[in-house]
Amino acid sequence: MQITTKLFASFRIGRFAAMPQSWPAGATVRQVVDQLGIPEGELGIVLINGRHVELGERLNEGDTLSLFPLVGGG
Amino acid sequence: MAERILRVNMTTLSGAFEEVPAPWVGLGGRALTSAIVAKEVPPTCDPLGKHNKLIFAPGLLAGTPCAQSGRLSAGAKSPLTGTIKESNAGGTAAQNLARLQIKALIIEGMPTDDSQFYGLRINKDGVEIAEEQALVGKGNYEVISTLMQRLGQKIGVLTIGPVGEMRMSAANISVRDPDGNIRSHGRGGLGAVMGSKKVKFIAIDDANGPGVAIADPEKFRSAAKTFAKAILEHPVSGEGLPTYGTNVLVNVLNEAGGLPTRNFRTGQFEGHDKISGETMRETIVKRGGKPKHGCHAGCIIQCSQQYVDEKGEYITSGFEYETIWGFGANCCIDELDTIAYADRMMDDIGIDSIEAAVIIGVAMEAGIIQFGDGPGTLGLLKEIGQGTPLGRILGNGAASVGKAYGITRVPVVKGQGIPAYDPRSVKGIGVTYATSTQGADHTAGYAVATNILKVGGFVDPLKNDGQVELSRNLQIATAAIDSTGLCLFVAFPALDIPETLVAIIDMLNAKYSLSLTGDDVIGLGKQVLKTEHAFNNAAGFTKHDDRLPEFFAEDPCAPHNVTWTMSDEEIDEFWNF
Ligand code: SF4
Repeated sequence: MQITTKLFASFRIGRFAAMPQSWPAGATVRQVVDQLGIPEGELGIVLINGRHVELGERLNEGDTLSLFPLVGGG
Repeated sequence: MAERILRVNMTTLSGAFEEVPAPWVGLGGRALTSAIVAKEVPPTCDPLGKHNKLIFAPGLLAGTPCAQSGRLSAGAKSPLTGTIKESNAGGTAAQNLARLQIKALIIEGMPTDDSQFYGLRINKDGVEIAEEQALVGKGNYEVISTLMQRLGQKIGVLTIGPVGEMRMSAANISVRDPDGNIRSHGRGGLGAVMGSKKVKFIAIDDANGPGVAIADPEKFRSAAKTFAKAILEHPVSGEGLPTYGTNVLVNVLNEAGGLPTRNFRTGQFEGHDKISGETMRETIVKRGGKPKHGCHAGCIIQCSQQYVDEKGEYITSGFEYETIWGFGANCCIDELDTIAYADRMMDDIGIDSIEAAVIIGVAMEAGIIQFGDGPGTLGLLKEIGQGTPLGRILGNGAASVGKAYGITRVPVVKGQGIPAYDPRSVKGIGVTYATSTQGADHTAGYAVATNILKVGGFVDPLKNDGQVELSRNLQIATAAIDSTGLCLFVAFPALDIPETLVAIIDMLNAKYSLSLTGDDVIGLGKQVLKTEHAFNNAAGFTKHDDRLPEFFAEDPCAPHNVTWTMSDEEIDEFWNF
């Protein structure tokens, strides 16, 4: 299946901002994060199609996965 | 020497120190400004009349070696909302006042002759009030640099620009920062109150002042160390904020579908990448600006920055997410440089940058200029500074523009513009907008932290469940933090690292020789909210004012296509504490 992975803030350094990727059906967020070499402890916000999800969530065809480190403002 | 109050009467043009009355001894910052307004200002008075009072109060920890403790609270009855108002800002003034042992500065009355402006000079012996001619009509940058030449490089300055002189309801009060640039008491039109008192500036010279007393310096030092460590350890305050500033939120809110776009039509902006924190940092670094900067000495988070043009010349600092959202997504201007020039102009003429962004969005809705029109936006801001008839309609706030042009898509609560988070897709912050004693104000109870950023747990932003309780807890905690004078961003470590709060309480106890507990601090927060709520009720507000504009319940917000569905009964539960 095709998904789009988007990275933000420091996660972009040495990686990319947005990239279409092919994954076998049923792949989870954790698999994508592991493959990117992002330590789980650094993850702040994880969204699939703009909704917060946990790492075990399965991806579906056409999904957009957005990954942020812990950031804030206000 | 004991802490004291400096009371200035602008009717008699005189001022004197007073003892601090017993009930105010343990108060500072917002707790103190709100207590004084509640006690001394008639709730039904005209905000621009002689019965209103303008109060400045440093927080309880101001002037100490505690990190992040330099925020100054300003309070009055607001001409924008008609409610009580507390607006806090960085800059040096809180520390200057604290070193003079001034716990609160109260400005009351107004001169009978409306044609004359005055400058106040505060020093260790009291206040001098002098007629001012040279600086009248001038922008805040010029006022600050002239006063530094006149009175010394180290003085604290509080000043209003032409918008405040003309008493427009969106006028702010500027505070000199450590570099001679500008921070602002932005929200609620307090600059108009200062203008109505005919005070152009307040200069604070703390030379040979008594300094700040700490009862138990040893205990204070160790708590201050723990506190600083927690701030630097937390990923948000230790790394995220100093690297990307608050503007990292453009992409966060855009991805989450809560970035109000085109005057609150949708929750995502096509041009988000061009105005994002990531792009801003790259631009600043490439051009040789400063990506991080503190708004006062003792800030170790440094969320601020100095934004420069292509030649490396300074344009503006304190360039925040809310301003960039407001002129970016909200007005569909996808150029950071244009927004930076707008920010500079607003600091200079003295208008709240959040209100101004909502004002311009509504002006675009009304067809005065088109969405996306950068030069047109700068032109309208100029008109506000000049006080043209259109400029005055704009300068009186988003609600004023909506009324003048017969528009219903006007994002305000109690007359104050709704900031950078759509309440339909970030429902916790919607509760804060509706219930805050201040009118729509994200800082009053920043539910975005828990709804979107996953700091302090997680409450689903798209559901109503748990939002009232979340907002209530945050508003109580915030009222307490605003009273300490700490920058609100200490809430990020405080929500996740338990030692943070303990250290804050230890510092309060060490400074004042007290034995406060966590419950006392929560109690203080509750008392502040209740005092403010009682003032608003006496001014004529009811629960029916704790509501969002109708269009949020009618028009779905993309991409989640959600509306505001919180019932009146649910919202009214907020005040059950
Ligand atoms: S973190 Fe930002 S707002 Fe807070 S004190 Fe520092 S510069 Fe000012």
